[in-house]
Amino acid sequence: MKVHEYLGKRLFAEYGVPVPRGEVAETPDQAAALTADLGGRAVIKAQILAGGRGKAGGVRVVASPEQAWEFAAGLLGRPLVTAQTGPGGVVVRRVLVEEALEIDRELYLAVLVDRDRGRPLIMASATGGMEIEEVAAAFPDRIIRVWVDPAVGFQPYIGRTVAFSLGLSGEQVRTAVETVAGLYRLFTEKDCALVEVNPWVVTADGRLLAADAKVDFDDNGLFRHPEIAALRDTSEDSPLEVEAMRAGVSYVKLNGFVGCMVNGAGLAMATMDLIKLAGGEPANFLDVGGGANEERIAAAFKILISDPDVRVVLINIFGGIARGDVIARGIVAAAQSVGVNIPMVVRLVGTNAEEGHRILRESGLPITVAADMAEAATLAVKLGKEAAR
Amino acid sequence: MSILVGNHTRLLVQGITGREGSFHARQCRDYGTRVVAGVTPGKGGTEVDGIPVFNTVREAVKATGANASLVFVPAPFAADAILEAADAGLELVVCITEGIPVLDMVRVKRFLEGRPTRLIGPNCPGVITPGQAKVGIMPAAVYSPGPVGVVSRSGTLTYEASAQLTALGIGQSTCVGIGGDPIVGSGYLDILPMFEADPETKLVLLIGEIGGTAEEEAAEYIKRRMTKPVVAFIVGRTAPPGRRMGHAGAIISGGTGTAESKVRALEAAGVTVCPSPAEIGRTVAEVARRHGLIP
Repeated sequence: MKVHEYLGKRLFAEYGVPVPRGEVAETPDQAAALTADLGGRAVIKAQILAGGRGKAGGVRVVASPEQAWEFAAGLLGRPLVTAQTGPGGVVVRRVLVEEALEIDRELYLAVLVDRDRGRPLIMASATGGMEIEEVAAAFPDRIIRVWVDPAVGFQPYIGRTVAFSLGLSGEQVRTAVETVAGLYRLFTEKDCALVEVNPWVVTADGRLLAADAKVDFDDNGLFRHPEIAALRDTSEDSPLEVEAMRAGVSYVKLNGFVGCMVNGAGLAMATMDLIKLAGGEPANFLDVGGGANEERIAAAFKILISDPDVRVVLINIFGGIARGDVIARGIVAAAQSVGVNIPMVVRLVGTNAEEGHRILRESGLPITVAADMAEAATLAVKLGKEAAR
Repeated sequence: MSILVGNHTRLLVQGITGREGSFHARQCRDYGTRVVAGVTPGKGGTEVDGIPVFNTVREAVKATGANASLVFVPAPFAADAILEAADAGLELVVCITEGIPVLDMVRVKRFLEGRPTRLIGPNCPGVITPGQAKVGIMPAAVYSPGPVGVVSRSGTLTYEASAQLTALGIGQSTCVGIGGDPIVGSGYLDILPMFEADPETKLVLLIGEIGGTAEEEAAEYIKRRMTKPVVAFIVGRTAPPGRRMGHAGAIISGGTGTAESKVRALEAAGVTVCPSPAEIGRTVAEVARRHGLIP
């Protein structure tokens, strides 16, 4: 779960990490007033979760409260389209008004978990302000990596290693050590998946400040942090994905026309791949979970038929221990209660699958039963293409 | 003797009094696995279908000689359960639980360093040695004993692949679901050497998915160390970057973790990569035939 920059910076401040002076504004008047408080010069930053704000015109330095008012008025309440938002953009509801910094150097600092080593990793670079993946590709030797042993946690030498490798000196070294320590503490105490500061700036007057804050929390750890879970902003998610999350269904919207409902993440991806091999495009990834009970199937149907791109539904359930006839009854009941009237192709395996097939065939619903995955995908793609005509 | 589980396994089930735990404990026992104990703190002295329940893993091990554990404990408490099993000295811990916080697994991994306990999972279907023992939640009907060792990050897709094999008359030595989380107890690099050393296993089927670089590292190992033929399937060719596909670990980020990169690495290592999830059985059959493993 990602949170907005201004919330990330509040957390940074709580953990002793120096950030620029600033405050969030929800109206142009507030933005103008905050700019005046900062001495009439400020940087205004659109608060959206998607990246690519700068290039999309969502960040600007203003030289007066009037300019701040005007720029904020142009952003607030309107969609901002960036490389990461999709063509519709994301509506800006808040702007961050901060002191405009005289930047001497831009650095990079992040804390994450290295999945191969199974340990927290502190990553830093003297080449900040650009995507770390680009730095890694162009100058792999400019990235400093220090792994933390979870048994002993953060140690000051880690901060010093980062600071001196980046060419910092004097008071900056102490600030850097405190910053790395603070971010590590935030990372571990709040169950983060990523804490990233890009850029981490050295100002012309020698201060070291987190000029940006990207904090992504581990969804599985949120139960321990209700105060963090409360910060969730779903306004940028697709409404269908929000609905799916509530229903406990794992769903990702894609661009095709074959709606998929599958049990298990691997089989769900395999079904998408098969649709592509059959000459079609999947409309979504959807995992109804191992149990595939009627309630979940109904929720999944609702999501699928709310997507206007879906012209056919492909259901691929590997029943396993759950009985085929029970699953078939669940599919029929859910389809009837939701009112599914587009073609459905069902591939169902499991104990009592034959009985399940009979229930599906005799349901009176537009269901075709397929013998295996490949046949199901081919059939669904064909029906979807026919429905388009 | 296959790998990890078999006739020697004496299983205890942590979280046996829960709905999932009691159901699957029975299923494992019905398959022929020796389920000797259950553990649920506070329920010691009771029974689940004749299986004695203990308060702690230590008590259960002392009383029953259990050497492996199957964990169904809910996510907030699962890491603690794994640590308890490791501290009691169990050789094998298989954790089914999904949704364990990543930082909990960081601590678990560190704790297991230098200990004799092997952890499989979490967020996995478990391990089955067909005809001998089932330590997991997989549907037993799709498996049959035979020469193919299966290692996979996925659950239901592995059932699918095993069903395809069984339908073609090709059995499995052991099937290991290593789990779909970013941090798992055992990876391909732990399981592949076991299959290489196991006389029952003649061919290995590796099922991978997008995210991370585990398949690339497996390819490197296969190239340098494996003498047995390996067939692979990588799922997620149509997955978009930056989106988590169900499994916490299945995400293409920063250009790494794509299916293409994994397929390329595996092919370069001499692995036969299946083009389609519907062709896994047939591809294995072809390779097995080429190596004279089946007529």
